[in-house]
Amino acid sequence: MGYTLNFAAVWRGLEQLLQGLALSLALAIAAILIGAVLGLALAFALKSKSPWFNRPATVYVTIIRNLPILVLILFAYFALPQMGIALGKIESFVATLAIYSTAYLAEVFRAGLQTIPRGLTEAGLAIGLTNGQIRRSIIIPLMLRNALPSLSSTLISLFKDTSLAAAISVPELTFEARKINVETFRVIETWIVASMLYVATCSVIAALLRIVERRLAIPR
Amino acid sequence: MSVLLEIQGLHKRFDATEVLKGVDCSVAQGEVVSIIGSSGSGKTTLLRCINMLEDFQDGRILLDGEEIGYDTRDGRRRRKPEREIARQRALTGMAFQQFNLFPHLTAAGNVMLGLIKTKRMAKEAAHQLALHWLERVGLADRADRYPGQLSGGQQQRVAIARAIAMQPKLMLFDEVTSALDPELVGEVLQVIKGLAADGMTMILVTHEMRFAFEVSSRVIFMNGGVIGEEGDPKTMFVAPKTERLAEFLKTSSFN
Amino acid sequence: MIDLNAFFDELWIARWAVLQGVATTVAISALAIVFGSFLGTVVGLALTYGGRLTRLLFRAYTDFIRGTPVLVLILAGYYVLSTIGINLTPFQAGILALAVFCSSHVGEIIRGALQAIPKGQREAAMAIGLTFPQTFVWVLLPQALRQILPTWVNTAAEMVKASTLLSVIGVAELLLRTQEIISRSFLSLEFYFFAGVLYFFVNFGIELLGKWVERKTTIPGQG
Repeated sequence: MGYTLNFAAVWRGLEQLLQGLALSLALAIAAILIGAVLGLALAFALKSKSPWFNRPATVYVTIIRNLPILVLILFAYFALPQMGIALGKIESFVATLAIYSTAYLAEVFRAGLQTIPRGLTEAGLAIGLTNGQIRRSIIIPLMLRNALPSLSSTLISLFKDTSLAAAISVPELTFEARKINVETFRVIETWIVASMLYVATCSVIAALLRIVERRLAIPR
Repeated sequence: MSVLLEIQGLHKRFDATEVLKGVDCSVAQGEVVSIIGSSGSGKTTLLRCINMLEDFQDGRILLDGEEIGYDTRDGRRRRKPEREIARQRALTGMAFQQFNLFPHLTAAGNVMLGLIKTKRMAKEAAHQLALHWLERVGLADRADRYPGQLSGGQQQRVAIARAIAMQPKLMLFDEVTSALDPELVGEVLQVIKGLAADGMTMILVTHEMRFAFEVSSRVIFMNGGVIGEEGDPKTMFVAPKTERLAEFLKTSSFN
Repeated sequence: MIDLNAFFDELWIARWAVLQGVATTVAISALAIVFGSFLGTVVGLALTYGGRLTRLLFRAYTDFIRGTPVLVLILAGYYVLSTIGINLTPFQAGILALAVFCSSHVGEIIRGALQAIPKGQREAAMAIGLTFPQTFVWVLLPQALRQILPTWVNTAAEMVKASTLLSVIGVAELLLRTQEIISRSFLSLEFYFFAGVLYFFVNFGIELLGKWVERKTTIPGQG
């Protein structure tokens, strides 16, 4: 083997890795915020009785869910300019991840809507609430509570997908790790630290969502 | 007594099946009307039409002289805009078989929601009012409990408080005791009796014949989508005029 | 904007490359699923029936794998293994990484399904004198499989999607072949779209298969 672990080089690169992690998080947050808003609208479209809404929504979700995200990322960055849509690396990646997360979050939200009894809408109508008020005050709060457990794993998997931005040279965590790997040849240390940063961040996301879940839990 | 609710020639179809085949009736201020009849007779649908939870295809419903749900202009019948219907729905209160309390809000929160959103009350004032109405149904001490922490009977009482807090002109009760364990039925009926004594105009769809007999000023027997017979409870229950009603009373538990 | 003639010309020239790419993608996915499922079954059993220490170890394993992006697993596997003297081709290293990724998924699926079986089932089987292996094969597994199979089929689609990441370490699967064709022909829009359509149909087919399996595996009388 002849390989002795030496973390010194990686400690020097740690700042670089942390900057990469910060960018990874920023990419994930930007994309997921957009995806959550669009996904919410899409979830209501999926549940809509009107084919004008639910058909296009179903088609969208089916297409996105069956495409590898790397193909989408490369398509958006390399092929769209051919159609006159040229975005910077970061914008292009965030847009792609947002479009991608919209489909997955819509599915999560739709599942959350599924178990809300129709009677609650009627009770809202009976006290004179409009449909919009019922959605805001009753349906969405209950849907979020239902969706939280599966939302956690979806958010984690979307965060992990930011690593694919490395494929278009966005300097996020994986890109930085690969760079240090090539520059220092401290291969094992670099990848241990990089994956630990990912694992730790995922644990934090999971823990945060568990706290939210507990705080929002309805006493019974 | 002045007429509060007037229903004229009400027709309601679900796709091809006609559920209401022309219902005419009126309810005067302060009256307590029970609607009885076998399942599928259209009694619950009738109640839901009054609150526009169901659209209806023909006929008119007038509440205090105001046409509910539809406008007729130039001979064409149009559904009123959503906001207008929401306002009209708040004129009637409704209690449901399944309570339908909002599970993420406390008892007080359930009562307050309509006051804040529909009546645009300030939060504090709405809270005070909510406590007042919860007290009225005997649940002042449960104001901060969530529906999941209350018994079925308590949940139904909160649901009634939620409805009457809107100070509706008319209260509708849709089989409010059917989902309750027998030992919890009494407390809910007690609350309804109290409201009747206060002069609240009410329509109840119910299976509790004994209760209908005691509390109602008038009983309507629905049969096959039309009113089969109506009158004061004594005559109805003791000496039914139609064969249908006599048969129905025989099969239902009136003792 | 879109040059269909040029696209079909280039596609015809590159037809064997494309087919090889498809074949490689299928091979990668299939091998990753086979090895990953085997490994995942071990993980699932260890998580469900293992002792305290075993459970802890395997929990750490799955949590680590599930907290790490697949691309990092692939890159780390590729670089780290060669550093410590295990020389694998990119193809082999990639399949190993995907199999490990697959195993954490399958492990969780199997654990979830086994734990959903009421405890009484195991006790009832023991009571009629079955040993644990017998209980597992004849009582627990048949029940768990009905829950495992549909989700497992979806994992297959995940593997096909994840196989694209091997292009990053130079495995000539469909996506890398596509990129090669694009670098020669400059028809990026056409060929990325074409690759997307191929992936879509493969995965959509797998999705339909999953739904079919789900219908077939429902126990009569249990919704």
